Amino acid sequence: MAEFTLPKNSVLTEGKTFKAPQGASNIRRFEVYRWNPESGENPRVDAYELDMDDCGPMVLDAILKIKNDVDSTLTFRRSCREGVCGSCAMNVNGKNTLACTKAIDSYSGTVKIFPLPHMQVVKDLVPDMTHFYAQYASIKPWIETQTPAPADTERLQSREDRAKLDGLYECVLCACCSTSCPSYWWNSERYLGPAVLLQAYRWLADSRDENAGERLDGLDDPFKLYRCHTIMNCTDTCPKGLNPAKAIAETKKLLVKRQLG
Amino acid sequence: MAMNANRPTSPHLQIYKLPLTGIISISHRMTGVLLSAGLLLFVYLMSALASGANAYAAMQAVTGLWVVTLIYWGFVYALFFHLCHGIRHLIWDTGRSFEPETLTRYALIELLASFALTVATLTTI
Repeated sequence: MAEFTLPKNSVLTEGKTFKAPQGASNIRRFEVYRWNPESGENPRVDAYELDMDDCGPMVLDAILKIKNDVDSTLTFRRSCREGVCGSCAMNVNGKNTLACTKAIDSYSGTVKIFPLPHMQVVKDLVPDMTHFYAQYASIKPWIETQTPAPADTERLQSREDRAKLDGLYECVLCACCSTSCPSYWWNSERYLGPAVLLQAYRWLADSRDENAGERLDGLDDPFKLYRCHTIMNCTDTCPKGLNPAKAIAETKKLLVKRQLG
Repeated sequence: MAMNANRPTSPHLQIYKLPLTGIISISHRMTGVLLSAGLLLFVYLMSALASGANAYAAMQAVTGLWVVTLIYWGFVYALFFHLCHGIRHLIWDTGRSFEPETLTRYALIELLASFALTVATLTTI
């Protein structure tokens, strides 16, 4: 069910402010969501004033600077720092993105950083992704075949068929799109969400996969697929420039085509 | 460390900046609900028409109020907006016009078209 307000234990409180070092002239303020599971307190928003003359260009650089120089208790996920691993997905100034590929200069004024929306928070900017990954596993993200493998070669694919996977295979499962989707906020127990549905379509679109029928059976469900109402937040927010809404529409089309025979 | 089962839910509506398409989407749903509720007013008009001169005169007194006129204009706009976004949904259902760069443009076209249709309707009747 849709609940529009936060539960009691999730309501934000005011946090601490960490002033910029003396003599800094190029100061930017970062407000960051903090929650410590061991404190027993509600989440709070801490403010950090950073000297931009002594900080890298990306939002992730600022977060790393906070952790290294100001407050080592700040907790977040990061790995590749180049938009390939999908770890540092978070909500920056009201929109989900990868902190590593988002320039601080693309914002003016205070930069507000929250975990991915409507997720259970493990600590600070780290959401619990267990359910998201379980949903991903549920769509069988691998090639399934009926025919025996060719004797001497791999299962080959024409260039044209390979091109059909462009715009789908690049997804890094950062969950920016799924957690931007109001439908996913209210129905994530049963609705698969844009990221997992884009992945589901990625295997439907693969010429080497021979299990389309069963895949479509699995998706033909009022909740799993049809909670998508084309709100378009997913496509709007994808940090890789992909189009989950389009992949979902194509999946719906496949189901209609099958129905019509 | 004791695992905390009482994990907070991260903020969502409170912090998310809905893009124009998101605002249009929720408006589509809200106008749908309002249009259904507005049908009650329509039923009132019909029954006033059918119930004789006194009821008709009373209805005219009500519809003459500027607040009611405003609601009426809003109703007509909601109707056309709902229609325009409904057409947008039909186009989407064919798998077309999902390009990110067109989203805001189409949203503005919908808003302007429904405004134009509202003005056209109100000035011709």
